[in-house]
Amino acid sequence: MFLQAKKGIKPYIKNKFYMTPKAHSLKLLQETAKEVRKNILLMSHRAKSAHIGSALSTVDILVSLYCGAMRVWPKSPKHPNRDRFIMSKGWGVAAQYAVLAERNFFPKSHLMKHYTDGSAMMGCSTRFTMPGIEATTGSMGHGLSVGLGMALAAKHDKKSYRVFVMLSDGELDEGSVWEAVLSAAHFRADNLVAIVDYNKIQSFGRTKDVMNLEPLRKKWESFGWVVKEADGHSMNDLLRAFSKVPFEKGKPSVLIAHTSKGRGVSFMEDKIEWHYFNVTDELLDKALDEIENLRV
Amino acid sequence: MRNAFVTTLMKLARRDKRIFLLTGDLGFMMFENFRDEFPDRFFNMGAAEANMVGVASGLASVGKIVFVYSHAPFVTERCFEQIKVDVVESNANVKLIGAGSGFGYGPLGTTHYSLEDIGVMRTLPGIAIICPGDPIEVECAILAAAHTNGPVYVRLGKSGEPRIHQKPLKFTLGKGIVLEDGKDLALIATGTLLETGKTVSQILRKNAGLSVRLISMHTIKPIDQKLIEKAARETKRIFTLEEHNIIGGLGSAVAEVIAENPVNGLLFRRLGVRDTYTSIVGSQTYLRSINGLSYDKLVKFILNAIGRKAASTLFSKKVLSKKNDIGLGLI
Repeated sequence: MFLQAKKGIKPYIKNKFYMTPKAHSLKLLQETAKEVRKNILLMSHRAKSAHIGSALSTVDILVSLYCGAMRVWPKSPKHPNRDRFIMSKGWGVAAQYAVLAERNFFPKSHLMKHYTDGSAMMGCSTRFTMPGIEATTGSMGHGLSVGLGMALAAKHDKKSYRVFVMLSDGELDEGSVWEAVLSAAHFRADNLVAIVDYNKIQSFGRTKDVMNLEPLRKKWESFGWVVKEADGHSMNDLLRAFSKVPFEKGKPSVLIAHTSKGRGVSFMEDKIEWHYFNVTDELLDKALDEIENLRV
Repeated sequence: MRNAFVTTLMKLARRDKRIFLLTGDLGFMMFENFRDEFPDRFFNMGAAEANMVGVASGLASVGKIVFVYSHAPFVTERCFEQIKVDVVESNANVKLIGAGSGFGYGPLGTTHYSLEDIGVMRTLPGIAIICPGDPIEVECAILAAAHTNGPVYVRLGKSGEPRIHQKPLKFTLGKGIVLEDGKDLALIATGTLLETGKTVSQILRKNAGLSVRLISMHTIKPIDQKLIEKAARETKRIFTLEEHNIIGGLGSAVAEVIAENPVNGLLFRRLGVRDTYTSIVGSQTYLRSINGLSYDKLVKFILNAIGRKAASTLFSKKVLSKKNDIGLGLI
């Protein structure tokens, strides 16, 4: 089912490396996102883990990257020409695990080992513990610098891979993020793409109350980045935004993705408590139902 | 030491295209040649050490050997978490080079002293810590660091340190070097105080008739356990000497070894900065002296500790006239 062809929209992904033809369909990507959301809930329910809101907030972006914009070889996760993805907001890694499993980086059965004793499925990303996890994060303000290093190496080696780094909005409070922002522009790392998961809630309050980030777009622009903004839950918008990377030659790119924490489950959406709570049996059924009926 | 570092690194970079150098905006009249010869492998990351270490980790993840340079306190303590998470936890092939260790930048004051760096770095699992004691040890340390896969911290002095060793030097990471053999006491020195250690051992030998085993313990981690145990067994008196707090550094590392492998009647003393901040300014020599780390004070301390009275004629003119001040040099 190739919806975009039906609708007469130009193919978003010109990338010849793109692996799964079925994912050309917008509808299928949206269905994938639903599957990922369900798996996140099941993982969190079984593991009694926190950070569900953070994970749900990133799902559509991750699907648009792993099933759309990025060149990846799931069976060869360390392929030298792969696009790199760093989940700098490492506490949302449940979403990344679910997407990686959906893309067959590892069997889905691993998902249920999240948080369990002796498993490699940690609560925050840890480099190479699972295929596709490129950096150790969870402590904030690390990912963008590491990503910049990878991007500079690609430039030096004349390789064409790109580096995508997902940052949280709360993470932007960290000074080291801005060190990286400053230097990425200085070194013209146009193979580096930052994505801000801007759900406007951080650990202990709304970003505007805790540490106001606005005007966020202007901040990035003034540092020398090319900024795009998108609805972080619209697969269409996201694919369009990522269809051309870098956004402008010679400059690093940032996508400010406007998202909603806990997206997909009405009682979790835009609620700070779902940074911490875990899902009870009763709520799980309700949440899974809602996701099944989610209109996108 | 810094010159030896740059010269060695340039030799390495000519042979090995994986060698990268990142600096935290330091290296005036030092890195110009490297920058001009390898412009695409040299990055001045500005005064932003946290980002610098993260970038180094990213470069290393693609197979580069990344040297990261700044003053010792800035390349270790300011970005400690980046070192822990991005470098050590990921076993990234990153070499941290800290210059002006100890009181190296004496006149600049407390922010520039690094008297805790070995202590904090030693807690990181799997990192190697090398404190070379002279330019030849620096050369060997840089080569060893480049040939070791994984994180290494090399703690340098500044410039102008005299040669202690003769070439060629048999240098193995994690193996101390016995400079002078002896049976009355063992003096284990490291890094910038190796030269002082040599003077102390000469005075003790010539003027107090003691047979001193002088060991250059250039690698603090992994520490040379066998050499320490052997010295403890054979001399029964061990003194450690370092330009670092007595907590956490060489003294602690040696103490850990001998505490777990007790030797009857062993005398053990740590010579270093005695867990205090020095808030007066001065040359490196002056600051060492007020912290009891000049060779005359060290000799007295050692003689006291082993129950020998220091005679007033202890310091012959010949030894005293030795120029011990190595100056500030370029920052």
